[in-house]
Amino acid sequence: MDIATIVNFSLLTLMILIVVVLIRLQSLLAIALSSGIYSLLSAGLFVTMDAVDVAFTEAAVGAGITTVLLLGAIAVTGRKQTVSRHGRFLPLAVITITGAALIYGTLDMPPFGDPGAPIHTHVAPHYLTQSAEEIGIPNVVTSVLASYRGYDTLGEVIVIFTAAVGVLLLLGRTTGSGRK
Amino acid sequence: MDTSAGLILREVCKIIIPAVLLFALYVQFHGEYGPGGGFQAGVIFAAAVILYALVYGRHKAQRILPLATVRVYIAAGVLLYSGVGVATMLRGGTFLDYNVLLHSPQHAQHLGIFLIELGVGITVAAVMITIFYVLDEFCE
Repeated sequence: MDIATIVNFSLLTLMILIVVVLIRLQSLLAIALSSGIYSLLSAGLFVTMDAVDVAFTEAAVGAGITTVLLLGAIAVTGRKQTVSRHGRFLPLAVITITGAALIYGTLDMPPFGDPGAPIHTHVAPHYLTQSAEEIGIPNVVTSVLASYRGYDTLGEVIVIFTAAVGVLLLLGRTTGSGRK
Repeated sequence: MDTSAGLILREVCKIIIPAVLLFALYVQFHGEYGPGGGFQAGVIFAAAVILYALVYGRHKAQRILPLATVRVYIAAGVLLYSGVGVATMLRGGTFLDYNVLLHSPQHAQHLGIFLIELGVGITVAAVMITIFYVLDEFCE
């Protein structure tokens, strides 16, 4: 076993452990913190896959900001989960069917790391070979994100903008008119 | 949220926060050469401001960055990004085709990427700070 396999195996094992803990926890505070740990572990997993840009985002957004914002939301709403009164069989059936459908969907996918997969044969070779000449910056991820796919990134920024507008509309006004 | 933090926490944050802000700027302007870019830099910058607000209180943070100012920055980032697109159209190219911005396509690409990443960073940081401010204000 090489070192990458050991690291991957330990990270995935820890992630499964965290998920089991997440299911069993009742305190929303602990759930928010555990999901932060889960994000940090998946950031580690992205590093082992050489996707440092994604790992960076996951660590900063998933583990950092999201946890703080979740804690803020919990401070507004309450710390305890309300216990569901529904039976256990309907949720179990729903997740079993959804899970089975997702696993069935992966059967059509090319094997992990297959160089002949459609994603590696469409525009990716052009980006990888021509980026240095056309864009002239060393980080291909940035040249794809900011130049080749600049239009998509504009869409992402507008999504974030819309999120802030929504939050301001929902919560921003109430604070101005009067304190409870 | 509680605004009175312990002495050690306050002193440690005094050392950490400038370093975090500097790192955010590094990630912002070094994104073309290393991992990172506007999204990550914006979040790191916002994290520094949020940490400051958590430790010293939101009112102190808002003395430097009031909600009204941050709200302007939310739109300013998007405007800068789409403004670059409009500028390329005015210079005869297609939307967000940076090549027409300067004499050489590579320099133009550098400039275009620099500007739109800055727009992304400004919007992301402002949005995260705003959401935190609003949530914190709602708690009171």
